[in-house]
Amino acid sequence: MELLYGIFVDPFVQMWEFPDLLVQVLWEGFVSGTLYALIALGFVLIFKASGVFNFAQGIMVVFGALSLVGLYAFGVPAYLALILSIAIMGVLAYSVERVVLRPLVNQEPIILFMATIGLNYFLIGLGEMIFGGEPKTMITEELGLPKGAWDFEMLGGFVSIQRIDAAAAIIAGILVGGLAIFFNKTRIGRALRAVADDHQAALSVGISLNQIWRIVWFAAGIVALATGIMWGARSDVSFALSIVALKALPVLILGGFTSIPGAIIGGLIIGFSEKLAEFYWGPLVGGSIESWFPYFLALIFLWFRPQGLFGEKIIDRV
Amino acid sequence: MSLKKLALGVAAAAMLGSGLLASATPAQAEDSVYIPLLTYRTGPFAGSGTPIADGLHDYLTMLNERDGGIGGATLIVEECETGYNAQKGVECYESTKGNHNGAVVYNPFSTGITLQLIPKAPIDQIPILSMGYGLSATAVGATFPWTFNAPATYWSQMSAIIKYIDTQDGGVSGKKIGFIYLDVGYGREPIPLLEQLAVDMGFEVMLVPVGVKEMQSQSSHWLQVRREKPDWMIMWGWGAMNPTAIKEAAKIRYPMDHFIGVWWSGGNVDLNPAGEDGTGYMSANFHATGTDFPAIQDILTHVVNKGMSQASADTVGDNYYNRGMMNSVLIAEAIHTAQTITGNVSISGADMRVGLENLNLSEERLAELGLAGFTNAIRVTCEDHAGAHPIYLQQWTGSGWNAVSDWFTPMRDRVRPLLEAAAVEYTADKPDWQTQTCN
Repeated sequence: MELLYGIFVDPFVQMWEFPDLLVQVLWEGFVSGTLYALIALGFVLIFKASGVFNFAQGIMVVFGALSLVGLYAFGVPAYLALILSIAIMGVLAYSVERVVLRPLVNQEPIILFMATIGLNYFLIGLGEMIFGGEPKTMITEELGLPKGAWDFEMLGGFVSIQRIDAAAAIIAGILVGGLAIFFNKTRIGRALRAVADDHQAALSVGISLNQIWRIVWFAAGIVALATGIMWGARSDVSFALSIVALKALPVLILGGFTSIPGAIIGGLIIGFSEKLAEFYWGPLVGGSIESWFPYFLALIFLWFRPQGLFGEKIIDRV
Repeated sequence: MSLKKLALGVAAAAMLGSGLLASATPAQAEDSVYIPLLTYRTGPFAGSGTPIADGLHDYLTMLNERDGGIGGATLIVEECETGYNAQKGVECYESTKGNHNGAVVYNPFSTGITLQLIPKAPIDQIPILSMGYGLSATAVGATFPWTFNAPATYWSQMSAIIKYIDTQDGGVSGKKIGFIYLDVGYGREPIPLLEQLAVDMGFEVMLVPVGVKEMQSQSSHWLQVRREKPDWMIMWGWGAMNPTAIKEAAKIRYPMDHFIGVWWSGGNVDLNPAGEDGTGYMSANFHATGTDFPAIQDILTHVVNKGMSQASADTVGDNYYNRGMMNSVLIAEAIHTAQTITGNVSISGADMRVGLENLNLSEERLAELGLAGFTNAIRVTCEDHAGAHPIYLQQWTGSGWNAVSDWFTPMRDRVRPLLEAAAVEYTADKPDWQTQTCN
């Protein structure tokens, strides 16, 4: 009886009695959700263009952020370091296309997936060799990102909005929106969709596969850099950031591997649900359910929509 | 050279850069002692692991450079990268234990790896030194002849923190103590003691586990703290969990001077990201920070300034650097003790066990080593492999640490019976477990 009360009654009583905490939890979920959406977007872009699940997306987040703080530590001014970091992600995109993807055109997706696993470990080694393994502090102030918090006394308590979190949500929103428009409304976007459907057919109508791959890997690199800056500002810049990227997996299951709106909605659903679950229902089972709850939620979605919320239904003719 | 060959070359270089095994020693001498170091400079816990690895490595290298080793034996020091992963730790152990005529001691720097190695130690006759971590029950030397965890166990440390809290704000009785911990073997280790003390001393415990995947995403955990309003928070964090927790605590306006971390949650790398926001946070410690000790000056002179260290000079003296260095001080002193007792220069693992069991790092000896006042005197006995030695609390000033308590002893009278009971429980289903009789 007590368990049923704890599941079905007590959380909602708490929401009613402490509305400030509910608002705070929802805000935290929203910020996490936008950042998860950003990470998931990196996966979606590459998957759409090449049918490859990019195992290295997480380490690209770390590599982008490390490049930025590393260049700054070497004496490069903050904004120049940012521009150079974007350039590094461009060079990475070009190199991946030239060295990893081009020799594997028309290979099975699993081969390309294995290649991204190799890329992941290569980037870990390269990052540690150049920048060292110790954590670094994100250059938040130097980049003009806000510090401190807005505290609102409201709803019988207070709601604290960290300015960096607000900035993260806005920047993530702009990036997600911009990329969504770019890939849905432009010629390159249409070319991307053609490549996603059939490599050989796309080549036959004059679409440069190599160019499309370079563009999407570069876009995924910029997304990774932005994610690294924002998440790095919330904690620190270390190789542990790549673990955060794993949160994109349930987002992708939920939103579908090929849908940009799916990544956005999926990210928000995972962000909100994991924070609400941990805060209101976590203590019932000893806490720490945030680790597995998103996967549990994604599994439930899979029962009803195996292709994800916005994924394309695959129909094979027999 | 083709692009493909160039890429393969760079890949090989990158792998070597993060290589599994990094040697930092002179060639094997005739009289030598082999000390493999299980370290982690890579992965999610590298932030904590790197300065410890530097301290471990540099003190032993300094002994080689300054004194030619210990008692005429050159120290062969090799690092093996574990990534704080138990499986990799065991792989490192198995692949190094027979090198250079055999390892004399292992320092896993991970409770998870320690738990895996405890049963192997008596079989391979190589002692385990888990300095201030690992399985608390291994303090019972009669049951665990091959494992040592001086200067204090996690249980002793937890009892010391509760003892400190009991002296503040009218005592611990009737209070609510929050315990936020990394949800792995290490973080869960002190919970039995904490729950027992809660019963004995009349306080309430609120457990807040943080999964490894949530180390950098703790907002909902700290909102629970905000809701429950515990009077004190205690943290058993590691790696990226620590700076995130301190930032989140500041975010919910938790009073930092009521937030105390284990001695693995008190590195400069943990507090630097929070900076001023972390002011007032405390952590336990059992040694000094800073470089104002002749032995550390020797490290700077003979190792760091000669470019033989991976540490930069400005990180020497940081809390975790000195922690690693202190571990090597215990290793070196145990080797010296073993050589004195057995008469062997190139000691074996069994000799090292004797050295560890007779370790007597007195105030006078610390002064001889150039470490007067660096730590409290430490003595290990056959009965007690930890010793429940005094500890102190340090407080973050916004840019560094200040001691805020005198040295004080844990609650040995409460902890020791629980350790003995835990030791009995550990061996209950192991009929062939090797014990020893202490006189």
